[in-house]
Amino acid sequence: MKIGVCIKQVPAKDAPLAIVDGSAWIRESDIGFETNEPDGFALEEALRLKERHGGEVVAISMGPERAKQTLKEALAKGAERGIHIFDPEFFKLDPLTSARSFAAAISSVHFDLILTGLQSEDQGFGQTGVLLAELLGWPHATIIMAIEASDTSLKLKRELEGGWFQRVEVPLPAVLTIQSGINKPRYATLKGIMAAKKKEIATVERASLGVADAGTQQVERIYVPQKAKKTEFITGSPKEAAAKLVEKLRHEARVI
Amino acid sequence: MKILLITEQRGGQWNRISFETLVAAQQIAHDVAGTLTAAVIGSGVGALAEDLSRYQVDEVLLIEHNLLGEYTPDGFSLALRQVIENAQPDLLLLPHTYQVRDFAPKLAASVGKGMIGDAIGYRHDNGRLVFVRQMFQGRTAADVVFKGDPPWVASFQAGAFRADLARTHRSGRAPVEHLNVELKAEQIRTKPLELFREAKQAVDLTQAPVLVSVGRGIKAPENIPMAEKLAKLLGGEVSASRPICDEGWLPMDRQIGSSGQTVMPKLYLALGISGAIQHVVGMKGARTVAAINKDQNAPIFEVADYGIIGDLFEIVPALIEELEKSKTG
Repeated sequence: MKIGVCIKQVPAKDAPLAIVDGSAWIRESDIGFETNEPDGFALEEALRLKERHGGEVVAISMGPERAKQTLKEALAKGAERGIHIFDPEFFKLDPLTSARSFAAAISSVHFDLILTGLQSEDQGFGQTGVLLAELLGWPHATIIMAIEASDTSLKLKRELEGGWFQRVEVPLPAVLTIQSGINKPRYATLKGIMAAKKKEIATVERASLGVADAGTQQVERIYVPQKAKKTEFITGSPKEAAAKLVEKLRHEARVI
Repeated sequence: MKILLITEQRGGQWNRISFETLVAAQQIAHDVAGTLTAAVIGSGVGALAEDLSRYQVDEVLLIEHNLLGEYTPDGFSLALRQVIENAQPDLLLLPHTYQVRDFAPKLAASVGKGMIGDAIGYRHDNGRLVFVRQMFQGRTAADVVFKGDPPWVASFQAGAFRADLARTHRSGRAPVEHLNVELKAEQIRTKPLELFREAKQAVDLTQAPVLVSVGRGIKAPENIPMAEKLAKLLGGEVSASRPICDEGWLPMDRQIGSSGQTVMPKLYLALGISGAIQHVVGMKGARTVAAINKDQNAPIFEVADYGIIGDLFEIVPALIEELEKSKTG
Protein backbone atom coordinates (compact mmCIF):
# COMPACT_ATOMS: atom_id res chain seq x y z
CA MET A 1 0.00 0.00 0.00
CA LYS A 2 1.42 3.37 -0.97
CA ILE A 3 0.43 5.93 1.64
CA GLY A 4 0.88 9.69 1.54
CA VAL A 5 0.72 11.70 4.76
CA CYS A 6 0.21 15.46 4.66
CA ILE A 7 1.91 17.03 7.65
CA LYS A 8 2.38 20.65 8.64
CA GLN A 9 4.86 22.44 10.82
CA VAL A 10 3.23 24.87 13.25
CA PRO A 11 4.42 27.14 16.08
CA ALA A 12 5.21 25.19 19.26
CA LYS A 13 2.31 25.08 21.72
CA ASP A 14 4.04 27.29 24.28
CA ALA A 15 5.54 29.70 21.74
CA PRO A 16 4.78 33.36 22.50
CA LEU A 17 2.97 34.72 19.44
CA ALA A 18 3.71 38.22 18.18
CA ILE A 19 1.53 39.42 15.34
CA VAL A 20 3.33 41.20 12.50
CA ASP A 21 1.60 44.58 12.18
CA GLY A 22 -0.74 44.87 9.24
CA SER A 23 -0.23 41.24 8.25
CA ALA A 24 -2.11 38.03 8.74
CA TRP A 25 0.81 36.16 10.25
CA ILE A 26 3.08 36.05 13.25
CA ARG A 27 6.74 36.89 13.70
CA GLU A 28 8.57 33.65 13.03
CA SER A 29 11.98 34.64 14.40
CA ASP A 30 12.70 33.58 17.99
CA ILE A 31 9.95 30.97 18.26
CA GLY A 32 10.08 27.20 18.08
CA PHE A 33 8.13 25.06 15.63
CA GLU A 34 6.89 21.51 15.85
CA THR A 35 4.87 19.01 13.86
CA ASN A 36 1.16 19.78 14.01
CA GLU A 37 -0.06 17.36 16.69
CA PRO A 38 -3.05 15.94 14.75
CA ASP A 39 -0.72 15.20 11.80
CA GLY A 40 1.53 13.21 14.15
CA PHE A 41 -1.36 10.82 14.74
CA ALA A 42 -1.92 10.54 10.97
CA LEU A 43 1.76 9.72 10.40
CA GLU A 44 1.70 7.06 13.12
CA GLU A 45 -1.41 5.49 11.59
CA ALA A 46 0.28 5.44 8.16
CA LEU A 47 3.37 3.75 9.59
CA ARG A 48 1.23 1.11 11.32
CA LEU A 49 -0.70 0.39 8.12
CA LYS A 50 2.58 -0.03 6.25
CA GLU A 51 3.92 -2.36 8.93
CA ARG A 52 0.77 -4.49 8.71
CA HIS A 53 0.21 -4.49 4.96
CA GLY A 54 3.57 -3.58 3.44
CA GLY A 55 4.24 -0.67 1.13
CA GLU A 56 5.66 2.79 1.47
CA VAL A 57 4.93 5.99 3.41
CA VAL A 58 5.63 9.34 1.78
CA ALA A 59 5.47 12.45 3.98
CA ILE A 60 4.39 15.68 2.27
CA SER A 61 4.65 19.13 3.77
CA MET A 62 4.11 22.63 2.47
CA GLY A 63 5.84 25.62 3.98
CA PRO A 64 9.07 27.61 4.14
CA GLU A 65 12.53 26.09 4.55
CA ARG A 66 11.84 25.22 8.20
CA ALA A 67 9.15 22.72 7.16
CA LYS A 68 11.97 20.35 6.13
CA GLN A 69 12.58 19.65 9.83
CA THR A 70 9.09 18.18 10.15
CA LEU A 71 9.77 15.96 7.13
CA LYS A 72 13.11 14.84 8.62
CA GLU A 73 11.32 13.82 11.80
CA ALA A 74 8.79 11.82 9.78
CA LEU A 75 11.65 10.07 7.95
CA ALA A 76 13.31 9.30 11.28
CA LYS A 77 10.10 7.70 12.52
CA GLY A 78 9.93 5.46 9.48
CA ALA A 79 8.55 7.27 6.41
CA GLU A 80 10.45 6.27 3.26
CA ARG A 81 10.75 9.68 1.64
CA GLY A 82 9.55 13.25 1.80
CA ILE A 83 8.14 15.87 -0.55
CA HIS A 84 8.58 19.50 0.44
CA ILE A 85 6.33 21.98 -1.34
CA PHE A 86 8.38 25.10 -0.82
CA ASP A 87 6.53 28.37 -0.35
CA PRO A 88 7.66 30.94 2.24
CA GLU A 89 4.29 32.69 1.92
CA PHE A 90 2.11 29.58 2.28
CA PHE A 91 0.07 31.39 4.95
CA LYS A 92 -1.41 33.71 2.32
CA LEU A 93 -3.07 30.83 0.49
CA ASP A 94 -6.74 30.02 0.90
CA PRO A 95 -7.61 26.40 1.73
CA LEU A 96 -8.60 25.57 -1.86
CA THR A 97 -5.31 26.85 -3.29
CA SER A 98 -3.36 24.91 -0.64
CA ALA A 99 -5.20 21.72 -1.52
CA ARG A 100 -4.67 22.34 -5.27
CA SER A 101 -0.95 22.68 -4.58
CA PHE A 102 -0.85 19.33 -2.75
CA ALA A 103 -2.85 17.68 -5.53
CA ALA A 104 -0.46 19.04 -8.18
CA ALA A 105 2.68 18.09 -6.27
CA ILE A 106 1.62 14.45 -5.90
CA SER A 107 -0.02 14.05 -9.30
CA SER A 108 2.76 11.73 -10.54
CA VAL A 109 2.75 9.53 -7.42
CA HIS A 110 0.16 6.78 -7.42
CA PHE A 111 -1.04 6.66 -3.85
CA ASP A 112 -3.60 4.16 -2.56
CA LEU A 113 -4.34 6.20 0.52
CA ILE A 114 -3.67 9.70 1.83
CA LEU A 115 -3.91 10.55 5.51
CA THR A 116 -3.78 13.88 7.27
CA GLY A 117 -4.63 15.35 10.65
CA LEU A 118 -8.04 16.76 11.39
CA GLN A 119 -6.85 20.35 11.31
CA SER A 120 -3.78 22.48 11.84
CA GLU A 121 -3.05 24.21 15.09
CA ASP A 122 -2.07 27.45 13.35
CA GLN A 123 -4.68 28.46 10.77
CA GLY A 124 -7.05 25.65 11.65
CA PHE A 125 -9.00 25.69 8.40
CA GLY A 126 -9.63 21.96 8.76
CA GLN A 127 -10.34 21.55 5.04
CA THR A 128 -7.18 20.21 3.37
CA GLY A 129 -8.05 16.49 3.50
CA VAL A 130 -11.61 16.89 2.26
CA LEU A 131 -10.57 19.28 -0.53
CA LEU A 132 -7.70 17.05 -1.62
CA ALA A 133 -10.11 14.12 -2.00
CA GLU A 134 -12.47 16.24 -4.10
CA LEU A 135 -9.62 17.47 -6.33
CA LEU A 136 -8.28 13.92 -6.82
CA GLY A 137 -11.78 12.61 -7.46
CA TRP A 138 -11.49 10.20 -4.50
CA PRO A 139 -13.89 9.44 -1.65
CA HIS A 140 -12.98 10.57 1.85
CA ALA A 141 -13.89 10.09 5.48
CA THR A 142 -13.08 12.42 8.36
CA ILE A 143 -12.45 12.28 12.11
CA ILE A 144 -11.32 8.66 11.98
CA MET A 145 -10.71 6.68 15.17
CA ALA A 146 -9.87 3.22 13.71
CA ILE A 147 -8.83 1.78 10.35
CA GLU A 148 -9.14 -1.80 9.09
CA ALA A 149 -7.70 -2.14 5.60
CA SER A 150 -8.23 -4.74 2.90
CA ASP A 151 -6.81 -4.63 -0.64
CA THR A 152 -9.64 -2.63 -2.11
CA SER A 153 -11.39 -0.89 0.74
CA LEU A 154 -11.22 0.42 4.29
CA LYS A 155 -13.55 -0.22 7.20
CA LEU A 156 -13.45 2.81 9.45
CA LYS A 157 -14.70 4.08 12.76
CA ARG A 158 -15.78 7.70 12.44
CA GLU A 159 -16.34 9.92 15.45
CA LEU A 160 -19.61 11.85 15.43
CA GLU A 161 -20.75 14.41 17.98
CA GLY A 162 -22.20 13.78 21.41
CA GLY A 163 -20.39 10.49 22.06
CA TRP A 164 -21.65 8.76 18.89
CA PHE A 165 -19.57 6.79 16.41
CA GLN A 166 -20.30 5.28 13.03
CA ARG A 167 -18.69 2.54 10.99
CA VAL A 168 -18.24 3.41 7.32
CA GLU A 169 -16.75 1.54 4.42
CA VAL A 170 -14.73 3.47 1.83
CA PRO A 171 -13.21 2.08 -1.38
CA LEU A 172 -9.56 2.78 -2.19
CA PRO A 173 -7.97 5.09 -3.18
CA ALA A 174 -9.25 7.46 -0.50
CA VAL A 175 -8.30 10.36 1.76
CA LEU A 176 -8.84 10.15 5.54
CA THR A 177 -8.50 12.79 8.23
CA ILE A 178 -7.39 11.32 11.54
CA GLN A 179 -8.73 12.25 14.97
CA SER A 180 -6.23 12.97 17.73
CA GLY A 181 -5.97 10.13 20.24
CA ILE A 182 -6.40 7.31 17.67
CA ASN A 183 -2.97 5.90 18.63
CA LYS A 184 0.14 6.67 20.63
CA PRO A 185 2.68 8.17 18.22
CA ARG A 186 6.15 6.61 18.47
CA TYR A 187 9.38 8.46 19.13
CA ALA A 188 12.16 8.36 16.59
CA THR A 189 14.92 5.91 17.54
CA LEU A 190 18.59 6.70 17.18
CA LYS A 191 18.73 4.09 14.43
CA GLY A 192 15.81 5.78 12.72
CA ILE A 193 17.47 9.17 12.94
CA MET A 194 20.65 7.77 11.39
CA ALA A 195 18.70 5.99 8.64
CA ALA A 196 16.80 9.18 7.83
CA LYS A 197 20.01 10.89 6.77
CA LYS A 198 20.11 8.68 3.69
CA LYS A 199 16.47 9.23 2.80
CA GLU A 200 15.41 11.65 0.12
CA ILE A 201 13.41 14.85 0.51
CA ALA A 202 12.35 16.16 -2.91
CA THR A 203 11.75 19.90 -2.96
CA VAL A 204 9.16 21.34 -5.31
CA GLU A 205 8.76 25.09 -5.64
CA ARG A 206 5.08 25.78 -5.25
CA ALA A 207 5.34 28.54 -7.84
CA SER A 208 6.55 25.98 -10.40
CA LEU A 209 3.45 23.80 -10.04
CA GLY A 210 1.33 26.06 -12.22
CA VAL A 211 -1.49 26.09 -9.69
CA ALA A 212 -3.99 28.88 -10.25
CA ASP A 213 -4.73 30.91 -7.13
CA ALA A 214 -8.33 30.04 -6.30
CA GLY A 215 -8.60 33.39 -4.49
CA THR A 216 -11.81 32.49 -2.71
CA GLN A 217 -11.07 34.22 0.56
CA GLN A 218 -8.51 36.35 2.31
CA VAL A 219 -7.45 36.71 5.91
CA GLU A 220 -7.31 40.50 6.21
CA ARG A 221 -5.74 40.70 9.62
CA ILE A 222 -5.20 38.73 12.78
CA TYR A 223 -5.37 40.18 16.27
CA VAL A 224 -5.64 39.30 19.93
CA PRO A 225 -9.33 38.66 20.59
CA GLN A 226 -11.31 40.76 22.99
CA LYS A 227 -12.51 38.85 25.98
CA ALA A 228 -16.08 37.64 25.73
CA LYS A 229 -16.64 38.06 29.45
CA LYS A 230 -15.17 40.20 32.16
CA THR A 231 -13.75 37.82 34.71
CA GLU A 232 -13.88 38.84 38.33
CA PHE A 233 -10.78 37.39 39.93
CA ILE A 234 -11.17 36.39 43.54
CA THR A 235 -8.09 36.66 45.69
CA GLY A 236 -7.04 35.78 49.20
CA SER A 237 -6.03 32.60 50.99
CA PRO A 238 -7.69 29.41 49.75
CA LYS A 239 -10.16 29.63 52.63
CA GLU A 240 -10.99 33.28 51.98
CA ALA A 241 -11.25 32.77 48.22
CA ALA A 242 -13.55 29.77 48.71
CA ALA A 243 -15.81 31.72 51.09
CA LYS A 244 -15.96 34.69 48.71
CA LEU A 245 -16.75 32.48 45.72
CA VAL A 246 -19.60 30.74 47.55
CA GLU A 247 -20.96 34.12 48.62
CA LYS A 248 -20.84 35.45 45.04
CA LEU A 249 -22.43 32.35 43.52
CA ARG A 250 -25.19 32.48 46.11
CA HIS A 251 -26.04 36.19 46.29
CA GLU A 252 -24.64 37.81 43.14
CA ALA A 253 -25.02 35.15 40.42
CA ARG A 254 -27.76 33.33 42.40
CA VAL A 255 -26.95 30.00 40.88
CA ILE A 256 -26.58 27.90 44.03
CA MET B 1 -28.29 39.03 -1.50
CA LYS B 2 -29.87 35.60 -1.51
CA ILE B 3 -29.01 33.65 1.62
CA LEU B 4 -29.53 29.91 1.87
CA LEU B 5 -29.35 28.24 5.27
CA ILE B 6 -28.72 24.49 5.33
CA THR B 7 -30.05 23.00 8.57
CA GLU B 8 -28.97 19.70 10.10
CA GLN B 9 -31.00 16.79 11.42
CA ARG B 10 -30.44 13.12 12.04
CA GLY B 11 -33.22 10.57 11.96
CA GLY B 12 -35.85 13.32 11.99
CA GLN B 13 -34.41 15.02 15.09
CA TRP B 14 -33.03 18.54 14.84
CA ASN B 15 -29.43 19.25 15.58
CA ARG B 16 -30.18 22.31 17.76
CA ILE B 17 -27.20 24.24 16.45
CA SER B 18 -29.27 24.65 13.25
CA PHE B 19 -31.29 27.30 15.10
CA GLU B 20 -28.17 29.17 16.15
CA THR B 21 -27.18 29.42 12.50
CA LEU B 22 -30.78 30.40 11.68
CA VAL B 23 -30.29 33.40 13.99
CA ALA B 24 -27.04 34.29 12.19
CA ALA B 25 -28.82 33.97 8.84
CA GLN B 26 -31.76 36.12 10.00
CA GLN B 27 -29.37 38.81 11.23
CA ILE B 28 -27.29 38.82 8.06
CA ALA B 29 -30.44 38.89 5.89
CA HIS B 30 -31.59 41.90 7.91
CA ASP B 31 -28.21 43.67 7.71
CA VAL B 32 -27.82 43.27 3.96
CA ALA B 33 -31.56 43.59 3.17
CA GLY B 34 -31.42 40.15 1.59
CA THR B 35 -33.75 37.21 1.35
CA LEU B 36 -33.47 34.07 3.44
CA THR B 37 -34.32 30.54 2.36
CA ALA B 38 -33.91 27.73 4.89
CA ALA B 39 -33.39 24.18 3.67
CA VAL B 40 -34.02 20.81 5.28
CA ILE B 41 -32.24 17.87 3.71
CA GLY B 42 -32.90 14.18 4.34
CA SER B 43 -35.59 11.58 3.83
CA GLY B 44 -38.99 11.71 5.50
CA VAL B 45 -38.28 15.08 7.09
CA GLY B 46 -41.40 16.99 5.96
CA ALA B 47 -42.39 17.63 9.57
CA LEU B 48 -39.12 19.44 10.17
CA ALA B 49 -39.75 21.65 7.13
CA GLU B 50 -43.14 22.55 8.60
CA ASP B 51 -41.43 23.27 11.90
CA LEU B 52 -38.92 25.55 10.20
CA SER B 53 -41.64 27.41 8.28
CA ARG B 54 -42.86 28.98 11.52
CA TYR B 55 -39.65 30.99 11.74
CA GLN B 56 -38.92 34.28 9.98
CA VAL B 57 -37.67 33.04 6.61
CA ASP B 58 -38.91 33.87 3.11
CA GLU B 59 -39.14 30.26 2.07
CA VAL B 60 -38.39 26.74 3.24
CA LEU B 61 -36.85 24.26 0.83
CA LEU B 62 -37.51 20.59 1.44
CA ILE B 63 -34.87 18.42 -0.20
CA GLU B 64 -35.79 14.77 0.09
CA HIS B 65 -34.47 11.60 -1.49
CA ASN B 66 -34.27 8.06 -0.19
CA LEU B 67 -30.49 8.19 -0.69
CA LEU B 68 -30.32 11.15 1.72
CA GLY B 69 -31.84 9.27 4.64
CA GLU B 70 -28.40 8.41 5.88
CA TYR B 71 -25.69 11.01 5.63
CA THR B 72 -22.90 10.44 3.11
CA PRO B 73 -20.50 13.14 1.87
CA ASP B 74 -21.17 12.17 -1.76
CA GLY B 75 -24.96 12.17 -1.40
CA PHE B 76 -25.12 15.48 0.42
CA SER B 77 -22.60 17.23 -1.85
CA LEU B 78 -24.27 16.05 -5.04
CA ALA B 79 -27.74 16.99 -3.79
CA LEU B 80 -26.72 20.40 -2.48
CA ARG B 81 -24.80 21.17 -5.63
CA GLN B 82 -28.09 20.80 -7.52
CA VAL B 83 -29.74 23.04 -4.93
CA ILE B 84 -27.06 25.70 -5.51
CA GLU B 85 -27.53 25.49 -9.27
CA ASN B 86 -31.29 25.69 -8.92
CA ALA B 87 -31.72 28.27 -6.15
CA GLN B 88 -28.64 30.37 -7.11
CA PRO B 89 -27.86 31.60 -3.60
CA ASP B 90 -25.15 34.20 -3.01
CA LEU B 91 -24.33 32.98 0.48
CA LEU B 92 -24.72 29.49 1.85
CA LEU B 93 -24.70 29.28 5.65
CA LEU B 94 -24.27 26.11 7.69
CA PRO B 95 -23.75 25.17 11.32
CA HIS B 96 -20.14 24.05 11.86
CA THR B 97 -20.81 20.46 12.88
CA TYR B 98 -18.70 17.35 12.32
CA GLN B 99 -21.03 16.54 9.42
CA VAL B 100 -20.61 19.99 7.82
CA ARG B 101 -16.83 19.75 8.17
CA ASP B 102 -17.10 16.48 6.30
CA PHE B 103 -18.98 17.70 3.22
CA ALA B 104 -19.15 21.51 2.98
CA PRO B 105 -15.56 22.15 1.76
CA LYS B 106 -16.14 19.46 -0.90
CA LEU B 107 -19.45 21.02 -1.90
CA ALA B 108 -17.85 24.47 -2.23
CA ALA B 109 -14.90 23.11 -4.21
CA SER B 110 -17.24 21.20 -6.52
CA VAL B 111 -18.53 24.58 -7.75
CA GLY B 112 -15.01 26.08 -7.69
CA LYS B 113 -15.63 28.13 -4.57
CA GLY B 114 -14.18 28.35 -1.07
CA MET B 115 -15.58 28.08 2.41
CA ILE B 116 -14.96 30.19 5.48
CA GLY B 117 -15.39 27.57 8.18
CA ASP B 118 -15.96 27.71 11.93
CA ALA B 119 -16.66 31.46 12.11
CA ILE B 120 -17.51 32.81 15.56
CA GLY B 121 -19.22 35.93 14.27
CA TYR B 122 -19.44 38.46 11.47
CA ARG B 123 -19.54 42.21 10.89
CA HIS B 124 -21.31 44.12 8.19
CA ASP B 125 -18.76 46.82 7.31
CA ASN B 126 -19.53 49.30 4.53
CA GLY B 127 -21.55 46.81 2.58
CA ARG B 128 -19.01 44.01 3.10
CA LEU B 129 -19.42 40.90 5.19
CA VAL B 130 -16.38 40.26 7.37
CA PHE B 131 -16.25 36.90 9.11
CA VAL B 132 -14.36 36.38 12.35
CA ARG B 133 -12.52 33.10 12.88
CA GLN B 134 -10.15 31.84 15.51
CA MET B 135 -6.57 31.00 14.66
CA PHE B 136 -3.70 29.54 16.65
CA GLN B 137 -6.11 27.55 18.82
CA GLY B 138 -8.06 30.64 19.81
CA ARG B 139 -5.00 32.68 20.76
CA THR B 140 -5.70 35.06 17.89
CA ALA B 141 -8.80 36.06 15.99
CA ALA B 142 -8.83 36.67 12.25
CA ASP B 143 -10.99 38.84 9.98
CA VAL B 144 -11.71 36.90 6.81
CA VAL B 145 -13.51 38.11 3.69
CA PHE B 146 -14.70 36.34 0.58
CA LYS B 147 -13.06 37.20 -2.71
CA GLY B 148 -14.41 36.56 -6.18
CA ASP B 149 -17.95 35.96 -7.27
CA PRO B 150 -20.64 34.18 -5.24
CA PRO B 151 -21.79 31.68 -4.20
CA TRP B 152 -19.90 31.88 -0.94
CA VAL B 153 -20.03 29.23 1.76
CA ALA B 154 -19.59 29.89 5.48
CA SER B 155 -20.20 27.92 8.67
CA PHE B 156 -20.66 29.17 12.24
CA GLN B 157 -19.26 27.56 15.39
CA ALA B 158 -21.59 26.12 18.03
CA GLY B 159 -22.47 28.82 20.56
CA ALA B 160 -21.66 31.70 18.20
CA PHE B 161 -25.33 32.76 18.16
CA ARG B 162 -28.18 32.24 20.62
CA ALA B 163 -30.82 29.87 19.29
CA ASP B 164 -33.48 31.38 21.60
CA LEU B 165 -33.25 34.65 19.65
CA ALA B 166 -34.67 33.05 16.48
CA ARG B 167 -37.54 35.22 15.23
CA THR B 168 -40.81 33.57 14.37
CA HIS B 169 -42.60 34.27 11.10
CA ARG B 170 -44.42 37.58 11.08
CA SER B 171 -47.44 36.29 9.20
CA GLY B 172 -47.57 32.82 10.64
CA ARG B 173 -45.87 30.60 8.12
CA ALA B 174 -43.40 30.66 5.25
CA PRO B 175 -44.17 28.63 2.13
CA VAL B 176 -42.56 25.20 1.92
CA GLU B 177 -41.24 24.25 -1.52
CA HIS B 178 -40.11 20.79 -2.57
CA LEU B 179 -36.94 20.70 -4.58
CA ASN B 180 -36.23 17.49 -6.47
CA VAL B 181 -32.69 16.27 -6.73
CA GLU B 182 -31.37 13.38 -8.79
CA LEU B 183 -29.12 10.86 -7.15
CA LYS B 184 -28.07 7.36 -8.12
CA ALA B 185 -26.89 4.74 -5.65
CA GLU B 186 -23.65 4.18 -7.61
CA GLN B 187 -22.67 7.84 -7.15
CA ILE B 188 -22.34 7.25 -3.42
CA ARG B 189 -18.96 5.72 -2.74
CA THR B 190 -18.89 5.54 1.05
CA LYS B 191 -21.15 3.04 2.75
CA PRO B 192 -22.50 4.17 6.11
CA LEU B 193 -22.84 1.26 8.56
CA GLU B 194 -23.96 1.05 12.16
CA LEU B 195 -24.18 3.99 14.53
CA PHE B 196 -23.13 3.28 18.09
CA ARG B 197 -22.07 4.72 21.41
CA GLU B 198 -19.23 3.21 23.38
CA ALA B 199 -20.39 4.13 26.81
CA LYS B 200 -23.91 3.53 27.92
CA GLN B 201 -25.38 6.94 28.56
CA ALA B 202 -25.86 6.60 32.31
CA VAL B 203 -26.19 10.29 33.02
CA ASP B 204 -27.81 13.16 31.15
CA LEU B 205 -25.49 16.06 31.85
CA THR B 206 -27.66 18.44 29.85
CA GLN B 207 -30.24 18.32 32.63
CA ALA B 208 -27.85 19.01 35.52
CA PRO B 209 -28.27 22.51 37.02
CA VAL B 210 -24.67 22.52 38.23
CA LEU B 211 -21.62 20.85 36.70
CA VAL B 212 -18.29 20.48 38.46
CA SER B 213 -15.91 19.73 35.62
CA VAL B 214 -12.37 18.44 35.88
CA GLY B 215 -9.43 18.74 33.49
CA ARG B 216 -5.79 17.71 33.38
CA GLY B 217 -5.16 19.78 36.53
CA ILE B 218 -6.89 17.09 38.61
CA LYS B 219 -3.68 15.10 38.05
CA ALA B 220 -4.77 11.59 39.15
CA PRO B 221 -7.91 9.44 39.26
CA GLU B 222 -7.67 9.35 43.08
CA ASN B 223 -8.59 13.03 43.11
CA ILE B 224 -11.91 12.63 41.27
CA PRO B 225 -13.93 11.83 44.46
CA MET B 226 -13.08 15.31 45.77
CA ALA B 227 -14.80 16.81 42.70
CA GLU B 228 -17.72 14.39 43.12
CA LYS B 229 -18.18 15.49 46.70
CA LEU B 230 -18.24 19.13 45.67
CA ALA B 231 -20.74 18.35 42.89
CA LYS B 232 -23.02 16.56 45.33
CA LEU B 233 -22.96 19.48 47.77
CA LEU B 234 -23.92 21.82 44.91
CA GLY B 235 -26.70 19.51 43.72
CA GLY B 236 -24.97 18.78 40.45
CA GLU B 237 -22.94 16.25 38.50
CA VAL B 238 -19.29 15.73 37.68
CA SER B 239 -18.10 16.18 34.11
CA ALA B 240 -14.72 16.40 32.41
CA SER B 241 -12.62 17.55 29.49
CA ARG B 242 -11.55 15.06 26.83
CA PRO B 243 -8.13 14.00 28.23
CA ILE B 244 -9.74 12.82 31.48
CA CYS B 245 -12.15 10.54 29.60
CA ASP B 246 -9.42 9.40 27.17
CA GLU B 247 -7.45 8.30 30.24
CA GLY B 248 -10.49 6.43 31.52
CA TRP B 249 -10.63 8.38 34.80
CA LEU B 250 -14.28 9.18 34.08
CA PRO B 251 -16.58 7.46 31.59
CA MET B 252 -16.98 8.97 28.11
CA ASP B 253 -20.57 10.00 28.83
CA ARG B 254 -19.24 12.66 31.23
CA GLN B 255 -17.21 14.42 28.55
CA ILE B 256 -18.05 18.04 27.71
CA GLY B 257 -17.00 19.56 24.39
CA SER B 258 -17.23 19.15 20.65
CA SER B 259 -16.82 15.38 20.82
CA GLY B 260 -18.89 15.08 24.02
CA GLN B 261 -21.96 16.81 25.43
CA THR B 262 -22.99 20.43 24.96
CA VAL B 263 -24.40 21.81 28.19
CA MET B 264 -25.98 24.99 29.50
CA PRO B 265 -26.14 24.60 33.29
CA LYS B 266 -26.82 27.42 35.72
CA LEU B 267 -23.30 26.98 37.08
CA TYR B 268 -20.25 25.45 35.44
CA LEU B 269 -17.33 25.13 37.82
CA ALA B 270 -14.12 24.28 35.93
CA LEU B 271 -11.36 22.70 38.00
CA GLY B 272 -7.93 22.57 36.36
CA ILE B 273 -9.35 22.91 32.84
CA SER B 274 -7.20 24.99 30.51
CA GLY B 275 -10.10 25.76 28.19
CA ALA B 276 -9.15 24.54 24.70
CA ILE B 277 -11.70 25.56 22.06
CA GLN B 278 -12.91 21.96 21.72
CA HIS B 279 -13.94 22.06 25.37
CA VAL B 280 -15.24 25.61 25.49
CA VAL B 281 -17.74 25.08 22.66
CA GLY B 282 -19.47 22.54 24.89
CA MET B 283 -19.89 24.74 27.95
CA LYS B 284 -19.81 28.40 27.02
CA GLY B 285 -23.60 28.51 27.10
CA ALA B 286 -23.53 28.09 30.90
CA ARG B 287 -25.24 30.95 32.71
CA THR B 288 -22.36 31.36 35.15
CA VAL B 289 -18.85 30.00 34.75
CA ALA B 290 -16.38 29.82 37.62
CA ALA B 291 -12.85 28.56 37.02
CA ILE B 292 -10.03 27.52 39.29
CA ASN B 293 -6.68 27.22 37.59
CA LYS B 294 -3.01 27.65 38.43
CA ASP B 295 -2.27 29.39 35.14
CA GLN B 296 -3.58 32.93 34.99
CA ASN B 297 -3.27 32.83 31.18
CA ALA B 298 -5.45 29.73 30.80
CA PRO B 299 -8.06 30.40 28.08
CA ILE B 300 -10.81 29.15 30.41
CA PHE B 301 -10.66 32.57 32.08
CA GLU B 302 -11.77 34.09 28.74
CA VAL B 303 -15.21 32.68 29.36
CA ALA B 304 -15.26 32.71 33.17
CA ASP B 305 -17.40 35.09 35.23
CA TYR B 306 -15.42 34.27 38.36
CA GLY B 307 -11.85 33.12 38.52
CA ILE B 308 -9.52 31.93 41.23
CA ILE B 309 -5.86 31.64 40.31
CA GLY B 310 -4.47 29.00 42.57
CA ASP B 311 -4.06 25.39 43.58
CA LEU B 312 -7.32 23.49 43.22
CA PHE B 313 -6.11 20.98 45.85
CA GLU B 314 -6.22 23.80 48.39
CA ILE B 315 -9.28 25.63 47.12
CA VAL B 316 -11.66 22.72 46.52
CA PRO B 317 -11.39 21.36 50.11
CA ALA B 318 -12.00 24.91 51.35
CA LEU B 319 -15.09 25.16 49.11
CA ILE B 320 -16.35 21.83 50.44
CA GLU B 321 -15.84 22.99 54.00
CA GLU B 322 -17.61 26.29 53.33
CA LEU B 323 -20.62 24.58 51.75
CA GLU B 324 -20.86 21.96 54.53
CA LYS B 325 -20.71 24.70 57.13
CA SER B 326 -23.59 26.64 55.65
CA LYS B 327 -25.60 23.45 55.18
CA THR B 328 -25.40 22.42 58.83
CA GLY B 329 -25.44 25.99 60.13
